[in-house]
Amino acid sequence: MKSLKELEEIKQRTLDSVNLRKDRSGGTRVVVGMATCGIAAGARPVLLAFLEEVKKRNLGDVTVSQTGCIGVCRLEPMVEITCPGEEKVTYVSMTADKVRRIVAEHLVNGQVVTEYTIGAAE
Amino acid sequence: MEFFRSHVLICGGTGCHSSGSADVMETFKTELAKNNLENEIKLVQTGCFGLCEVGPVVIVYPEGAFYSRITSDDVPRIVSEHLLKGRIVTDLLYHDSIHEDEIIKSLNEVGFYKKQERLALRNCGVIDPERIEEYIAFDGYKALGKALLEMTPEQTIDVIKASGLRGRGGAGFPTGLKWEFTAKAQGDKKYVCCNADEGDPGAFMDRSVLEGDPHSVLEAMTIAGYAVGSDQGYIYVRAEYPIAVNRLTIAIGQARESGLLGKNIFGTDFSFDIELRLGAGAFVCGEETALIASIEGKRGEPRPRPPFPAVKGVFGKPTLLNNVETYANIPQIILNGPEWFRSIGTEKSKGTKVFALGGKINNTGLVEVPMGTTLREIIYEIGGGIPKGKKFKAAQTGGPSGGCIPADHLDTPIDYDSLAQIGSMMGSGGLIVMDQDNCMVDIARFFLDFTVDESCGKCPPCRIGTKRMLEILDRITKGQGEEGDIEKLEELGKNIKSSALCGLGQTAPNPVLSTIHYFRDEYEAHIRDKKCTAGVCQALLQITILPEPCRGCGLCKKACPVDAISGERKSPHTIDQSKCIKCGACLEKCPFKAIVKG
Repeated sequence: MKSLKELEEIKQRTLDSVNLRKDRSGGTRVVVGMATCGIAAGARPVLLAFLEEVKKRNLGDVTVSQTGCIGVCRLEPMVEITCPGEEKVTYVSMTADKVRRIVAEHLVNGQVVTEYTIGAAE
Repeated sequence: MEFFRSHVLICGGTGCHSSGSADVMETFKTELAKNNLENEIKLVQTGCFGLCEVGPVVIVYPEGAFYSRITSDDVPRIVSEHLLKGRIVTDLLYHDSIHEDEIIKSLNEVGFYKKQERLALRNCGVIDPERIEEYIAFDGYKALGKALLEMTPEQTIDVIKASGLRGRGGAGFPTGLKWEFTAKAQGDKKYVCCNADEGDPGAFMDRSVLEGDPHSVLEAMTIAGYAVGSDQGYIYVRAEYPIAVNRLTIAIGQARESGLLGKNIFGTDFSFDIELRLGAGAFVCGEETALIASIEGKRGEPRPRPPFPAVKGVFGKPTLLNNVETYANIPQIILNGPEWFRSIGTEKSKGTKVFALGGKINNTGLVEVPMGTTLREIIYEIGGGIPKGKKFKAAQTGGPSGGCIPADHLDTPIDYDSLAQIGSMMGSGGLIVMDQDNCMVDIARFFLDFTVDESCGKCPPCRIGTKRMLEILDRITKGQGEEGDIEKLEELGKNIKSSALCGLGQTAPNPVLSTIHYFRDEYEAHIRDKKCTAGVCQALLQITILPEPCRGCGLCKKACPVDAISGERKSPHTIDQSKCIKCGACLEKCPFKAIVKG
């Protein structure tokens, strides 16, 4: 160890991977509906795609978790995204391709992909 | 960066380890692999979460779900329900961790944690103690960097002095002063040592710090080395702590690899290295001069002080010796400043203290509270009270060197001075709770039996005196006590306290003296009435059958292993006292509560 800077680098590199363990972290939450309906409609590839993209883009303050049935089974796989201080956005009929666009536009740039939301589908 | 959507934290402390956490870990590994989740879910082995009573403990993030008493059989359900489908397995959660509406509480809201303030244990149960990166992620080694690059050794000592930190090993000597004495002592070579020879029965504070956060001790010792001008450290840890020894060995290796131990740390001309010395488990080796002798490879025997270790310690050189928990506080004091530390605790005792809660208490485990917290808060709010609604009788602090605190003093704020005032001591942090079923004479006998066993035999007051005291206590508990025994115990105790060579002997009479002070009537009942009110001392017990409620069912007769019970069917039975061995088997069998002991 030669300098504080070097220490700080190790800290930053690891912090992202341990952030999750802080109680109720304030970052963005991605929740994938994974009840029977969600899984049957293909929620698993959607979940995996989120993990893949978050990893690729080093998005440290994002948590990806699952939940049960969100209620609108015909529109599964569904995903809810909550950014700090903003209203929850619900995406429907998700696919792995849609995930890539949502991560790039919504999670990185803060632009909701309106055409995939439940509002557009209704 | 590897991204895991969920972290499964499994306690790998000794408590949970002995209740099977290693198996749980293995089962998680195979179950995750079976469900193709290895790349999504991270398994982390951590140090102690504190709630050893309900171990093995498993916590799943990001939800913060607190699973308790998990066995390998529960693991497939947690994996397939919680980790795969996102449905928390509520019936496996710790009962106090969910609200009535089944929403999970954050850990800080759980009764056990609510009143705690974790400084020395801050990383225990949070980081993987076998990965230096995780320690660094929680600001590890930053204090060392700050001390080496921005502070002079004198400034470092001033910060510790100003913080008001006192030794956590029990005696409560101001840590900053100790550092200053060692820094000012003349010598071409100096040593920094860590006392991890935790020997009190029922105490496991230091073990938990070493198992859960070994780097905090290494970092603090290195800072101490810089402050006092030393380049070599020794950790004296008992060989009975295999997990702690293993994690320390790994930690020292990682610190050396990262250049945080060794030559020219942080590019400065300061060099420091640490070695382990394993103790063979003698209680006296926790005494500083005996510990130093043992590090030198000699027999672990104390010697008179002065000279104090700060002047003449390991190999005759100036030596700084602090306890594990004391060290664990150092990095944060350097980082957050002395004012921050002073803001916690009471006027003369700053910061927090870790206690190992044991005995008759619902939440057996490890707790850390600000100084000044009352015994009542620790026992009833954090500890969850006494099992089966029984009555609190006393708490023993400081183990075989300490004393007991009776119910009248439950509201005493716990700090060094108020505990000394009521005839006990802070000690290293063992806290054993006793209820109405504990006999205080027997407790005193138990602790004295321990010190007699552990006396090194060098000085007569300890070697002979404690033995004589034990003989008197043995007689009393066997119903052969005589008038004048209590006075003899008091006189012997006082003399041993003032004449024994080291801390072990000087404090050995404490459990006896303090139980006599608060529970003299129990001693008198043993001696005069030959009665043990708590029903512990076998020789003084009599088991009798009350003729009124006895229906003559004969169950007791069948249960008795020595055929001491006789009687016709459907008429009251009697016990032949000359045959009875007081095993109590009949007591448990009687459906009419007709058998009593006392």
